[in-house]
Amino acid sequence: MLLIGCPYCGERPEIEFSYGGQAHIARPARPAELDDAAWTEFLYMRDNTKGVHAERWRHSHGCGRFFNALRDTATDRILATYETGKPRPDLGAAREPAP
Amino acid sequence: MSLRDATRGRIDRSRPLRFSFDGRDYQGFAGDTLASALLANGVHLMGRSFKYHRPRGVMAAGSEEPNALVTVVRDGARKTPNLRATQVELYDGLIAHSQNRWPSLAIDVGRVNDWLSRFFPAGFYYKTFMWPRKAWKSFYEPFIRRAAGLGVAPTRPDPDRYAQRYAHCDVLVVGGGPAGLAAALAAARMGARVMLCDESYELGGSLLGDAAVRIEGASGPEWVQGSLAELRSFPHVSLLTRTTAFGYFPHNLIGLSERITDHLAAPPAHLPRERLWQVRARRVVLATGTIERPLVFPGNDRPGILLAGAAQTYLNRYGVSVGERVVIVTADDAAYQAALDLHAAGTVVVAIADLRAEPAGELPQAARRAHLMVLPGSTVLGTEGGLRVRAVSLADTAGVLRQFDCDAVLMSGGFTPSVHLFSQSRGKLAWNETLDAFLPGESAEHERSAGACRGITDLAAVLADGASAGTAAATTASGSTTASGSTKLASQFAVEAARREPGSHLGPLPAGGTPSRGKSFVDWQHDVTLKDVQLAAREGFQSIEHVKRYTTTGMATDQGKTSNMNALAIVSQDLSTPIPRVGLTTFRAPYTPTTFGAFAGISRGDLFDPVRTTPTHAWAESQGAVFENVALWKRARYFPRDGEGLHAAVARECRAVRDACGIFDASTLGKIEVVGADAAEFMNRLYVNSWSGLAPGRARYGILCRDDGFIYDDGVVARLAADRFHVTTTTGGAPRVLALMEDYRQTEWPDLKVWLTSTTEQWAVIAVQGPNARRVLEPLVSGLDLSAGALPHMGVARGKILGVPMLLFRVSFTGELGFEINVPADYGAAVWEGVHAAGQAHGMVAYGTETMHVLRAEKGYIIVGQDTDGTVTPDDAGLTWAIGKNKADFVGKRSLDRPSMKAPDRKQLVGLRTGGGELLEEGAQVAAKPGQKPPMELNGHVTSSYASSALGAPIALALVAGGRARLGQTLYVPMPAGDIAVEVTSPIFYDPKGERLNG
Repeated sequence: MLLIGCPYCGERPEIEFSYGGQAHIARPARPAELDDAAWTEFLYMRDNTKGVHAERWRHSHGCGRFFNALRDTATDRILATYETGKPRPDLGAAREPAP
Repeated sequence: MSLRDATRGRIDRSRPLRFSFDGRDYQGFAGDTLASALLANGVHLMGRSFKYHRPRGVMAAGSEEPNALVTVVRDGARKTPNLRATQVELYDGLIAHSQNRWPSLAIDVGRVNDWLSRFFPAGFYYKTFMWPRKAWKSFYEPFIRRAAGLGVAPTRPDPDRYAQRYAHCDVLVVGGGPAGLAAALAAARMGARVMLCDESYELGGSLLGDAAVRIEGASGPEWVQGSLAELRSFPHVSLLTRTTAFGYFPHNLIGLSERITDHLAAPPAHLPRERLWQVRARRVVLATGTIERPLVFPGNDRPGILLAGAAQTYLNRYGVSVGERVVIVTADDAAYQAALDLHAAGTVVVAIADLRAEPAGELPQAARRAHLMVLPGSTVLGTEGGLRVRAVSLADTAGVLRQFDCDAVLMSGGFTPSVHLFSQSRGKLAWNETLDAFLPGESAEHERSAGACRGITDLAAVLADGASAGTAAATTASGSTTASGSTKLASQFAVEAARREPGSHLGPLPAGGTPSRGKSFVDWQHDVTLKDVQLAAREGFQSIEHVKRYTTTGMATDQGKTSNMNALAIVSQDLSTPIPRVGLTTFRAPYTPTTFGAFAGISRGDLFDPVRTTPTHAWAESQGAVFENVALWKRARYFPRDGEGLHAAVARECRAVRDACGIFDASTLGKIEVVGADAAEFMNRLYVNSWSGLAPGRARYGILCRDDGFIYDDGVVARLAADRFHVTTTTGGAPRVLALMEDYRQTEWPDLKVWLTSTTEQWAVIAVQGPNARRVLEPLVSGLDLSAGALPHMGVARGKILGVPMLLFRVSFTGELGFEINVPADYGAAVWEGVHAAGQAHGMVAYGTETMHVLRAEKGYIIVGQDTDGTVTPDDAGLTWAIGKNKADFVGKRSLDRPSMKAPDRKQLVGLRTGGGELLEEGAQVAAKPGQKPPMELNGHVTSSYASSALGAPIALALVAGGRARLGQTLYVPMPAGDIAVEVTSPIFYDPKGERLNG
């Protein structure tokens, strides 16, 4: 069970959270201007990254807030958590220290 | 010669115990396992193999045991099958049975499978049991069910209690052998919070079976006792025996299964039988040791053929000799220590056959000095014996053939480091050519392996490695980057132990030039032979995962602990691919079988799910209501009177509502207060309707879609003020509607000034429906005018009822004049009883959810989740009228504009009437063409179906392709007994003009 660092409450077990899918997908401001292909892209197309994935979590059984996380889908390491609306952090060379 | 030594072992000879196995009584001692006690009584035959029903004896001394699976019985309900006799702790009065044999262990008719084995190779079931097809249900399946499996499951509910606990620690050490104890000591001395667990009832691991080593001048067991005494002196150290670390989960969550009472003759009632621990450890040290490898040669499965280390353990830990004349076959020096120990105890060691050409280490030299016959360059041609091995045939590289009479054969192909938990943690394994083994490589979690499980064989080095791992773990767990506290180096552990040259043999033994005599087993528990694994290669399987599943090697309850490496080596040889390229199959939890009880904990029966009840629950119970589950809620389904069944009760309740009035508890529906300056804007963006024009004091039926355009939920939404909406949802949809709202509020439109509060449990909702509704309520209310002019349909008003503050909606889900009384939940029961009492004079009847369903269906009102399934648009459901005109956007609008979402042949909501009074089944398919055979061309399905009192005939709602264009047509519902003809009608069966809403 993952240990997830809620930016508001600190590290809590995964069971307190709901998963919210890929992060940084903003609902188009004027959907009427999108053609069907673009609308389908927004509705259904998601990255399937092996590696660092930006995703949303909601602390449903805690503060109730959404936030974003960078999780390595291959190792389940959570590399960063950050508030909704903030840009995806650039991890650069910074990775979790070795054990 | 007695098989029980006079002095050796850790058993307590002052406490003899009686036990029975297969109905025969035996004696053992406190400290015995069932396996050691049976061996002491000369009993080797303990089971029959899975497929061939070959006689089998115990092969190992620990949890890796593949053969000796037994059922332990305490009473009618407590029957535990598939326990390894090597782990069953003996208690006075223990009753155990062997498995998978009939009529007895000694004479088992299933043995015929062995004689017919050429018809049962690996994967035979993929090519059989197919003809005739009818025979599957009547013969094949029942036969297979009876034949399959090993033990028989208990049939009575489990009466025991299972506890669960969470724990946090700095360092969790898995394994209480030398490396684990050294690690725990090092970490504890640094002040770390340490947990140490071991699957056995005693800590000490390999030291408990080793009589030859000395550590700091003490014997292995003495050093263990000293270490434990020190560990127990620390308050921050927790020692758990009988506790298996069964799973390594992400972020250092380790699952432990602790067995608490199974070893007790009379378990105290206040103790749980087992305890599941979920341990979040800052750092983990895996000190899981090794498992000895058996050898693959013809006839390697007869009772009396064991692992050499197991024989050594039986002697030194339990004081039992596994035989009187033993032959040892080995590729590793360690088996020589077993030979020396047995020889010193008086067992005749007939010969030591070494697979290696020139065994020259300390231990082979010591064996020669003891005048034991050492035969280098040997192989095994076969064995003889029925219920017990009685002879073994050897050959050597010079071509010399020898046959020895014996009653035990001890084998050792080297040792496999236990990397199960490391692999579960997603660590990468690295192949070590020297040791012929996979060792832990790159870690994925904050753990490290120590000792034999990472390939270290010298005891002094093992202890030092453990100490170093414990120190490092404690250091990093505390956040410090500098090592504090002393770390003992290898030279600082004063150890006297013979130097052991590690050796290994994987794959089949050399055939020695003569045709093989009998089956060579690779996986004992699943009866997989050398030929089976070779067959997989011949049939074209190249992936080790395919070979595993085709042959079932490694798939039994022992998960290949003693078979995976040999199977891998055979595949490697057959495919001419190096072992590391073939690779291992994925390691999965649990490490050993773990009970359902441990995982269930207290989540059983009444505690399996929370139960939510409404304010009128007790009243409904007192009236004899029959309840149904709606999500986690208990809702009264109907109120039978005088022995009525469901249909009679519902018919009576329906008539009463339409003729007089009914009272219904609608408290479970979700309620969300949407509040703020931008509340209307928020509602406009989310729901399909237009809300700006809804004046305070008015309500509207709202539909919520997701951006895919499909109906997600619905409910009446009331505007209480310019900045306050009272949104209702379906009972089951409440949590997800609020979640969806929060998603948009927080992440899409954070600038809107709007806040959401769930008020589902704060309001009791009492629906009063029927022509007499106003007459019942008028005398009870104050502060508001209930007349039709003052409170029109869909009006909202505040006032009091029976003196209690009330929010009143004039709404109807029945099509009759109706009101929904919202009072604070704590007043719900009292107001209900008051209204019900007052209603008696007007023929008021309490009705349940079944009647509610029928009445709304008569009016064509949908229930989201029953008449919709996530693929139904508002237009499909005939609800286009609800969509706000001139709304630039709302969630779902863009999708609704797609051409496919307006296609005329989409499934649309219609009504169905049957000609002959047939009640259609919900879910039944609808077809335009009658008399079809599968595969049929289908055009829709029935979503709701009820007997209607108002119409005096059954009605149904259905989603039918192009339904609205088919009004008046005859379609067909194919059923097993034949097609039922149906007429497509409007879904509004009753009072289509809606006149009855006005009473």
